[in-house]
Amino acid sequence: MMSKGQAVLELRSISKVYGRGAAEVQALRDVSLGVAQGEMVAVMGPSGSGKSSLLTIAGTLEDPTSGAVLVKGEDTLRMSGGAKSRIRRRTIGYVFQDFNLLPGLTAAENVSLPLELDGTSMRKAHLAALKALDELGLGSQARRFPDQLSGGERQRVAIARAVVGERSLLLADEPSGALDSANGEAVMRLIHTYCKRGTAAVVVTHDAQLASWADRVVFLRDGRVADQTAAPAGPETLLEQPS
Amino acid sequence: MSVRHALLALLSEEPKYGLQLREEFEAHTGEVWPLNVGQVYTTLQRLERDGLVAAVGDEEPAEPGPQKAYRITDAGRAELADWLRTVPDLSTPPRDDLVMKILIAVRVPGIDVHEVIQAHRRYLIELMQEWTRLKEDDDGADLSFALVVDSELFRLDSVVRWLDAAEGRLRRATADGWTPALGAAGAHRQPGANSARPGAALPRRRLGVRR
Repeated sequence: MMSKGQAVLELRSISKVYGRGAAEVQALRDVSLGVAQGEMVAVMGPSGSGKSSLLTIAGTLEDPTSGAVLVKGEDTLRMSGGAKSRIRRRTIGYVFQDFNLLPGLTAAENVSLPLELDGTSMRKAHLAALKALDELGLGSQARRFPDQLSGGERQRVAIARAVVGERSLLLADEPSGALDSANGEAVMRLIHTYCKRGTAAVVVTHDAQLASWADRVVFLRDGRVADQTAAPAGPETLLEQPS
Repeated sequence: MSVRHALLALLSEEPKYGLQLREEFEAHTGEVWPLNVGQVYTTLQRLERDGLVAAVGDEEPAEPGPQKAYRITDAGRAELADWLRTVPDLSTPPRDDLVMKILIAVRVPGIDVHEVIQAHRRYLIELMQEWTRLKEDDDGADLSFALVVDSELFRLDSVVRWLDAAEGRLRRATADGWTPALGAAGAHRQPGANSARPGAALPRRRLGVRR
């Protein structure tokens, strides 16, 4: 069991280069970032600043050109393919802008799939999926197919799928990009709630209102961490008015 | 912000005492704008003078105080309705320190405008984080509070967006060979009508006033 505040994700001096020679693009340059258990980090930056590369590398979907990626203290670059897949199935949950739900499966089946792929029995996986959907207020929609759900509901199903099985790292790429502001806020509020329970999250977004749900906002520019916000102060400071 | 009209609005429900008005004012504005009771009484006095409110059951003209209740008059109701329908004048851009700083930073040699922009962006987002934290435990029951928090977040967000847009515009301009010196020269190339202030390279076009 990890103690509170321990790094769930650690990127050490990550660089990523795509292409070669004249076509070479340096997407990330010497990026270091630690995300502690229970911490919600938002990553902001203009398009082309390396946000998505950072997320795919953090999710072990892609290797960096140099540097190290540690998930729960384990160096993923030294892992076998099988071990890496296990981490992707058990430890990391992904949320995408366009939800990426499988259209032929019901909401519950979409959520239980990663557990089943990981060897959980169909019955247990189904129960866990129902519980996760219930928590997100989608209990009554469990048997519906994605095209029978609204955009906001689909994204909540996707979040249920990302957190089911008590995964400790949630990675989200513009999770509310396709949603209106009320649904976008609901999505951030949910991710925030999971973080308070101990999940670590990295959320890429260009929307300052959504990013402000995070404990810490990291600004990328030209593939580098250009800046980040200070540690959160208490909310009471805002309401202290000079009298 | 019009305390005057806020008090009229509260009195339009029923007659109220000064202290009660203060409490309700703060509750109705999401407790974001504190109001001292002295302000309430001064405002009530002026409203009474203008015939927009009247003391209730008051024979001798006493000083306003905790014992005195007020009701809204017909003239007060008309004034309130009129005020609500009158749009505030937004035609002239406010003199915004942050906008001025960026406009000036663009012109000063040796200044990294991106760094200036980022310092402001970080501060704005830190403020937004604080406002958002206020929403965390909000169950939506306090509608006024939620509206105030939203309005602050949208206001700060609009400034962040402007900074993003400014940075993008600056990058494109720089990629096209723009430099602070060139920018100034460009402004001097067209003397004529809008060069009333010598040396000023900031935009001089008259804005707003479209009716």
